[in-house]
Amino acid sequence: MKIHEYQAKGLFEAFGIPITPGDVASTASEAEALVESLGLPVVVKAQVHVGGRGKAGGVKIVDNLEDVAPTAKRILGLTIKELPVRKVLLTPAVHIATEVYLSILIDRGSRGVVFIGCADGGVEIEETAKTNPEKILRLACSVRELLDLPREKALPFARKLFADANLAEQAVDIMIKMARLFIEKDCALVEINPLIVDDQNKVIALDAKLLLDDNALFRHPELENLRDMDAEDPDELDAKAMGLSFIRLEGRIGCMVNGAGLAMATMDTIKHFGGEPANFLDVGGSSDPKKVVAAFRTILKDPDVQVILINIFGGITRCDDIAKGILASLEEMEVKVPIVIRLIGTNQEAGQALLEGTDLITAGTLEEGATKAAKIGGAA
Amino acid sequence: MSVLINADTKVLVQGITGRDGAFHTAQMLEYGTQVVGGVTPGKGGQEIHGLPVFNSVPEAVDATGADTSVIYVPAKFAKAAMLEAAESDIKLLVTITEGIPTLDVLEAYEVLQEKGIRMIGPNCPGLITPGACKIGIMPGAIHTPGKVGVISRSGTLTYEIVKELTDAGLGQSTCIGIGGDPIIGSKFIDLLPLFEEDPDTDIIVMVGEIGGQDEVEAAEYVSKHMKKKVIGFVAGLTAPPGRRMGHAGAIVGGEDDTAAAKIDKLQGYGIPVARLIRDVAPLVEQAL
Repeated sequence: MKIHEYQAKGLFEAFGIPITPGDVASTASEAEALVESLGLPVVVKAQVHVGGRGKAGGVKIVDNLEDVAPTAKRILGLTIKELPVRKVLLTPAVHIATEVYLSILIDRGSRGVVFIGCADGGVEIEETAKTNPEKILRLACSVRELLDLPREKALPFARKLFADANLAEQAVDIMIKMARLFIEKDCALVEINPLIVDDQNKVIALDAKLLLDDNALFRHPELENLRDMDAEDPDELDAKAMGLSFIRLEGRIGCMVNGAGLAMATMDTIKHFGGEPANFLDVGGSSDPKKVVAAFRTILKDPDVQVILINIFGGITRCDDIAKGILASLEEMEVKVPIVIRLIGTNQEAGQALLEGTDLITAGTLEEGATKAAKIGGAA
Repeated sequence: MSVLINADTKVLVQGITGRDGAFHTAQMLEYGTQVVGGVTPGKGGQEIHGLPVFNSVPEAVDATGADTSVIYVPAKFAKAAMLEAAESDIKLLVTITEGIPTLDVLEAYEVLQEKGIRMIGPNCPGLITPGACKIGIMPGAIHTPGKVGVISRSGTLTYEIVKELTDAGLGQSTCIGIGGDPIIGSKFIDLLPLFEEDPDTDIIVMVGEIGGQDEVEAAEYVSKHMKKKVIGFVAGLTAPPGRRMGHAGAIVGGEDDTAAAKIDKLQGYGIPVARLIRDVAPLVEQAL
């Protein structure tokens, strides 16, 4: 789960990572009022879940009070990569003597937690990793040492970020606190870009990016509250609450599949035969007929859907349960679009028998089902 | 031979008294797997499907001589279950559970590595050596003994591919579902050498998906170190970037981990890639 910069900075503050003061505003007048306490010059930063805010005009320094409201208003009116800006963070502009990059993350490649550093701050780190890999610093950590990262472990890394001993010690403090935040809140990424030195020789996090592990949210109800409902598709959240994994797409062929990999392969097959999937939907591993009903309801909310392709390979999921869910759905709601079904695996005979006498279009293989669905749903 | 498991493998079930654990224990027994006991803390002394239940893994291993454990406990308790298994003398730990916090998986992985215990999963269907031993949740009936090894990040997609192989008369040596999480105990590259050494395996099918670089890393390894042929499949050509497609690990983060980029790289390393599920078996036949 993504959280906004201002929320991440709230967590930084709670864990003692130095940040610049600041607050968020949803309107131009709120922004203007904040400047009274924050002073000038001030930076106005769009709070939106995409990278590249600066390039999109979402970050501006304002020197005069009369410019605050118009600037805030303009940024609050922006839509950056399809996401509308609903809040801006205001924070005093600081003098930057030096800037570096620092993050801690779960690295799939090395299967471990690593600090990543780069003495060039404010950069696109992925880009630097490709063009100048020798500039990227790495420090692998054991999960068990994150709660109390040893200073002597962090120091050599920090010294490569900052040649100055005093600055390196400050960076070590920050790394220890980042590691604690990382493990205590179950993060996937904590990134400071840039981490700066101001004119008082203080090391400060000027930006904050934080990704939380969705799998761990159950033990952090306080973090679940940070979810930006404006940035979420309500249908996707509803589907999630019912135990479905659902993602809306652009096409006309609604999909209902068991298993994430098969759901992706089903979408790919539809596309191969000239159709466009309207969604990704994994009904999951259990075989509760209620989930099938919920899946129908979710798919049918999309007015573009012209046909539904159901592809079930029963393992834990039992075909008769799926069939019961389909019958219940047909009874509960008006399904005007044709349904193509491919149902095999555990209890397939029972499942197919239950569906006899319905209008469902059957298919023996995924390819056959995808072809039939694509024919009805038409190439867009 | 076969890979990791065979008819002699003695299996313990952690979470054996739970709904999934109990159901799949029965399925494994029916398949002929030597399930020798189960563990549910606080329920030691009970019996289920005629098998003894113990309070802890070390106790169960001492009493039964199990060398493998499979975990069906809910995500919340999975870390404790994995760490407890690490305290015993088992050789192989298979975690079926989906939705375990990533740092829990990572910590367990670190400890299991230190103890020299191989970890499969989490968020996986398990593994099967057809006709000899099935550990996990896959439907046994679609498999048949043979010479094709299968390694896959997915569950039901693997069943599809295995069924295609079986229908084409291509039996399997061992099929391993490695799991759909970003952090898994055994990646393609960890298992490929075992299939390379296995005299019962002639060819390997590698089933990947979007997210991460495991398939590419594996393909490079295949081109440099393996004599046996590998056939690839990558799901998620139509997956939009930045969205988690069901599996926690299935997310396109950049231009390198899309399905299209992976297919290109795999082919670049000389691995034939099937575009449709039905193309897998013919490619295997061609390569043999």
